Amino acid sequence: MTSEPWWKIFYDFTPFTKSIDEGLRSSMSPFWAVTTEMVIVGILFLLFYAVVGLFLVYWERKVCAFIQNRLGPNRIGPYGIFQTVADLIKLLFKELIPIKNADSFLFNLAPYIVIIVNFMVLGAIPFGKGLHAIDFNIGIFYVIAVSSMSVIGVLLAGWSSNSKYSLIGAMRSGAMIVSYELSLGLALITMVILAGSMQLSVIVEAQRTGWFIFKGHIPAFIAFIIYIISGTAETNRGPFDLAEAESELTAGYHTEYSGMKFAFFYLAEFINMFIVASIASTIFLGGWMPLHIGSWEGFNKIMDIIPPFIWYLGKTFFIIYLIMLLKWTFPRLRIDQLLTLEWKYLLPINLVNVLIMAFLVLMGWHF
Amino acid sequence: MNKTELAEYLKTLGFECEIREGRQFTEAAISPSGLHDLALKLKEDERLCFDFLVCITGMDYMTDFGAIYHLRSTKYSHEIVIKVRTSDRQNPEFDSVTDIWKSADFLEREVYDLLGIRFTNHPDLRRLFLNDSWGFPLRKDYVDDSEIATS
Amino acid sequence: MEEQVLNTAINEDEPYLINMGPQHPSTHGVLRLVVSLKGETVKNVVPHIGYIHRGIEKMCESLTYPQIIHLTDRMDYLSAHINNEAVCLNVEKALEIEIPERVKVIRTIMAELTRIQSHQLFWASYGMDLGGQTCYFYGLRDREKVLDIFEETTGGRMIVSYSCPGGLMYDIHPNFQKRVNDFIKYFRSILWEYDAILTGNVIFRERTIGIGKLSLEDAVSYGVTGPSGRASGFSCDIRKHDPYSAYDRVKFNEVLFTEGDTYHRYLARIEEMKESMNIIEQLIDNIPEGPYTVKMKPVLKLPEGEYFQKVETARGELDVFIVSDGNKYPFRMKFRSPNFVNLGVLNHISKEFKIADLVAIAGSLDFVIPDIDR
Repeated sequence: MTSEPWWKIFYDFTPFTKSIDEGLRSSMSPFWAVTTEMVIVGILFLLFYAVVGLFLVYWERKVCAFIQNRLGPNRIGPYGIFQTVADLIKLLFKELIPIKNADSFLFNLAPYIVIIVNFMVLGAIPFGKGLHAIDFNIGIFYVIAVSSMSVIGVLLAGWSSNSKYSLIGAMRSGAMIVSYELSLGLALITMVILAGSMQLSVIVEAQRTGWFIFKGHIPAFIAFIIYIISGTAETNRGPFDLAEAESELTAGYHTEYSGMKFAFFYLAEFINMFIVASIASTIFLGGWMPLHIGSWEGFNKIMDIIPPFIWYLGKTFFIIYLIMLLKWTFPRLRIDQLLTLEWKYLLPINLVNVLIMAFLVLMGWHF
Repeated sequence: MNKTELAEYLKTLGFECEIREGRQFTEAAISPSGLHDLALKLKEDERLCFDFLVCITGMDYMTDFGAIYHLRSTKYSHEIVIKVRTSDRQNPEFDSVTDIWKSADFLEREVYDLLGIRFTNHPDLRRLFLNDSWGFPLRKDYVDDSEIATS
Repeated sequence: MEEQVLNTAINEDEPYLINMGPQHPSTHGVLRLVVSLKGETVKNVVPHIGYIHRGIEKMCESLTYPQIIHLTDRMDYLSAHINNEAVCLNVEKALEIEIPERVKVIRTIMAELTRIQSHQLFWASYGMDLGGQTCYFYGLRDREKVLDIFEETTGGRMIVSYSCPGGLMYDIHPNFQKRVNDFIKYFRSILWEYDAILTGNVIFRERTIGIGKLSLEDAVSYGVTGPSGRASGFSCDIRKHDPYSAYDRVKFNEVLFTEGDTYHRYLARIEEMKESMNIIEQLIDNIPEGPYTVKMKPVLKLPEGEYFQKVETARGELDVFIVSDGNKYPFRMKFRSPNFVNLGVLNHISKEFKIADLVAIAGSLDFVIPDIDR
């Protein structure tokens, strides 16, 4: 291990994490070793969560400013990169306004549910080679199951606020997430058929010879588009931001929240977007796997120079950029149009798409 | 029809109203009891067809209360002014024309709100701008020392 | 605590009342709508107004006519110049003053610029009502150019107070013609962006076509004027039917549609911007030479009588009705503001639509709340 140069660690984290694990296990009992590892991972995720959240907020402002002929934040720090940090400090100091007649227990619980769900999903995502908190053999299933739990937080927030706007927002969100969960799941199942496994590390490894979006040609591409649409809906982002439709419901389910509790919802929205994008990049664009084309050895070698986690972040942020472009270009849908889109168009297309993909895999027509 | 023709034609309809040619429009002054019938006739008559109630102006003539209706025909683009007055300062009342022109709903409420002229048969005669305890500010005898600065 | 939550729960047959406003992002001011809902469907809309009622009509009774001009700016602040013009025309008519040709032409150009900037703001905020926030910045970007022209000539950006009885406050700025020409050229070249981002957008068309239909009969009966009325086929353009200022010497089309839905109310405004540019182009290069105002008496006393003047603001017909008793103050001053009358139709056309459509419909009627309240 020591014979490797130090920068090799960026290409494969497995030896590094393994050495930490071995070191811990040699000095304490297995129970304490696992506990310590969990604490380390938890702290890392907390840091990661905050940094990614703040960066995404800043980036969204810059992207939307760019689309809207503006400059965006440009005062605090170079190019205003510390603007969100300043905002965070402001939010930390803000008063948490108690709401009269609100169910205070559920009211306070709701933002934490949303945050906890975010963390649970983050744990299953492979950030790079060897950068993987838990590698379930049913990884995708776990991700779908857990990510849809965030609707509980949204519903609780809307219900316990004792505000009519919040309630309508929560109901919209409930209807929306329940329906779009279907296409999200089916789009992923299409790719599971192609991969032949639900384990995320296996799926990434299977894309060593080419990303699934290229391998599974037309059905994979359709699944990708459906995934992006329903993923946007899942994260309550424009043009599907009905749950917090600003011009109709002031702020939807989090109308009554203030200060840090509001910030939790706000951050959770961005992390949700990050999660959706990272799953998309893992399943469709090869996750941390560099761009490989079949047996072009030379080309693949050049691509391997870029470290895997850079690939991963690049792909994820590309998809986030796509989602942001969608939000800042389109007007909002109406609730009935939203459900029509799902039940009358996306779902049937998706079902047929699963069939086509299964047939494709059966006949071995994919690359 | 121009002003003169309009005045001539109105005289043939046989309403008890005083018709004269004003500077801009033909004006018909009518008593409160005949207002609704005249309004209906103006709207329904084939040759008049006043289907657009432009505005209702509530008036306080110091001694009387009155309302001035500006009507226009979208078909013939001619215009007429109906004037109605009542000398009852305690309880001024006119018939509502909401059943003839729907725009009268808000316009009459505005007149009621600012002058206190009631419109009978109005479906929803509530205060519009001001709250219920407020006086009627456009009346000439309205005094409000706290809101209006007098020099 | 739980008990209180349960007690405020809603019965099945009770209407679910929602208070939109007076502080709400989509009411564009302090309009308050009490909306009865069943699920997401709007059952009834009751507007409550008066939050910024300033009693302008009452104030007019103790102000002289040149002073009143400055009050009218504050009614429909997006059509400020046209409001000024209405009062001026009425006073000039009462005093039988002949206005120089130069004044008429400049007033018309200013009025059309006002109309353009008002519709630009409509476009901007309408996009935002429907959730497309980018439109807002595109609209404001172009509106800024008109406001700069206003600022250079009148000193004011929105509240211009440029007309006065007898003419104009000051002559136009030497740059005026060049800047207006530049603006028209620029705006013509950029108008496709408006269509690209909103008019042609699939979601936008789905959201607006067929929503909030207003038939011609109802438009006339409710007195809905302006672009909103013309979208229903109600030919009510005062500039065409009863030309004032210099409208009798320009060629332009009255924008008329027959569908009367939200989409066509929107489209009518877009088309009107193009017509306004046509009008300006016909006038801008041949503004007649001459004085910019006639000499007026220091105190204006209108002869006893009633004076009525109608003009077309960006939102519909504004009528100024002056009853004078021969004094320097009006005996009674009445403004028939277009927004106030248009508000009456809101309940009628938004019933049985979704709450999101209510926002779209209210947005397409383009309310300016100070004009409703006065």
